[in-house]
Amino acid sequence: MAAADELAFHEFEEASNLLAETPDAATTSGSDQLTPQGHVAVAVDSGGSYGAEEEAEESDRTALLQEEKQQPGFWTFGYYQSFFDVDTSQVLDRIRGSLLPRPGHNFVRHHLRNQPDLYGPFWICATLAFVLAVTGNLTLVLAQRRDPSIHYSPQFHKVTVAGITIYCYVWLVPLALWGFLRWRKGVRERVGPYTFLETVCVYGYSLFVFIPTVVLWLIPVPWLQWLLGVLALSLSGASLVFTLWPVVREDTSLVAAVLLSTVVLLHALLAVGCKFYFFQPLPLEHLAPPLQATSLPPDVLLPLTPGAKTT
Amino acid sequence: MAKAAESSGDPGTTSPRPLMRDLKAVGKKFMHVLYPRKSNTLLRDWDLWGPLILCVTLALMLQRSSVDSEKDGGPQFAEVFVIVWFGAVTITLNSKLLGGNISFFQSLCVLGYCILPLTVAMLVCRLVLLAEPGPINFMVRLFVVIVMFAWSIVASTAFLADSQPPNRKALAIYPVFLFYFVISWMILTFTPQ
Repeated sequence: MAAADELAFHEFEEASNLLAETPDAATTSGSDQLTPQGHVAVAVDSGGSYGAEEEAEESDRTALLQEEKQQPGFWTFGYYQSFFDVDTSQVLDRIRGSLLPRPGHNFVRHHLRNQPDLYGPFWICATLAFVLAVTGNLTLVLAQRRDPSIHYSPQFHKVTVAGITIYCYVWLVPLALWGFLRWRKGVRERVGPYTFLETVCVYGYSLFVFIPTVVLWLIPVPWLQWLLGVLALSLSGASLVFTLWPVVREDTSLVAAVLLSTVVLLHALLAVGCKFYFFQPLPLEHLAPPLQATSLPPDVLLPLTPGAKTT
Repeated sequence: MAKAAESSGDPGTTSPRPLMRDLKAVGKKFMHVLYPRKSNTLLRDWDLWGPLILCVTLALMLQRSSVDSEKDGGPQFAEVFVIVWFGAVTITLNSKLLGGNISFFQSLCVLGYCILPLTVAMLVCRLVLLAEPGPINFMVRLFVVIVMFAWSIVASTAFLADSQPPNRKALAIYPVFLFYFVISWMILTFTPQ
């Protein structure tokens, strides 16, 4: 099956370059010049979930798929298996694509090739949640080494908070975005927006750049942390904006500007929120005892409760 | 578990043999995990007793005492339990969705049994923590946990890798890595009150 996969990959390689410019075009596979109905169409609006039968690249099979006769129902295991129909090399390629956004280089067209997967978003979010909790904890450990009056505790509940926040972000924001774009498509009747899964994919892969950033946030130099944060946010936000731009540019410029700035703003809120919740600004803890201020957030005061231990 | 079902059909059998047989099977699987070879014993005769014993032991040792504050402490017994079983189920589902040909319970069995090195690490860490705290204490614990983490990964990879399609092996193994990493983290950050 590997040879068939490689063949399919090469076909799509050329096809997607053409498709990136003209999203409405359909490509024809080389073996089907005599039978025009058996074309390998990488259509924009077809659902993101191709059946597992796509593995066998026979022309009549693809024709059947084109007519969507063999779409597995959502109660079958095969339906969900189609969302995980990716290889290691494809996942790595998509991650690389999200790390290096280029203005003309649409993530959905070039990397997803209309075959979104759920593996990437799910495991990138899981990794990010755990990395956030672990490095936040490590920051506390390192701070305690420098200043033994800070109370160390494993803070296990942060794993739950991290997980819920990130998964909600990657599911709810694309849902809202997709809903909004479909509503605008109804109004404008232009090029179709991305499917829900493709939007989730874009968001999921765009969060990958935060994983090394969060690890590097261990270095306790404030200006470096902010610099890294801004860098990660701009890479991630650029990836989102460049992907959304072709869909949004046909709309009025007001709607386009509002939409893109909302997307970037939400992304920034996530980054800043994570930074402040998991990596509490430690100089505040040193200042707190003389102030005894009630204006400080409770989770900063908590380490300084009477239970503070010295090693 | 299948063997116990066969022998429980006999009326009036009060011999301890089914129990001994099950215990021997569990012990044999422990040995297979400690010395991982490419054998099929774990996969063929799966049982969930071993994972249950290991999970309960680990959760008992990891839970925080009740006097600790609610928010800031380590995981509760239920949290460890949920993480281990929920994590194992998620990895199994992931492996099956990627096209692996391993059955659901076989995969749970392998993942559960391969927690054995980390349970041993937990025991060692608790013993080491009885000594005086300090950087040497921490380095010893870190070393033990890292070695046992690597052992768990090697053991589970030896059993699970063959059931995946060749171009997706890394995709199936990475969640196993993450799973044992989280458990190792819980063990390493354990501080007795």
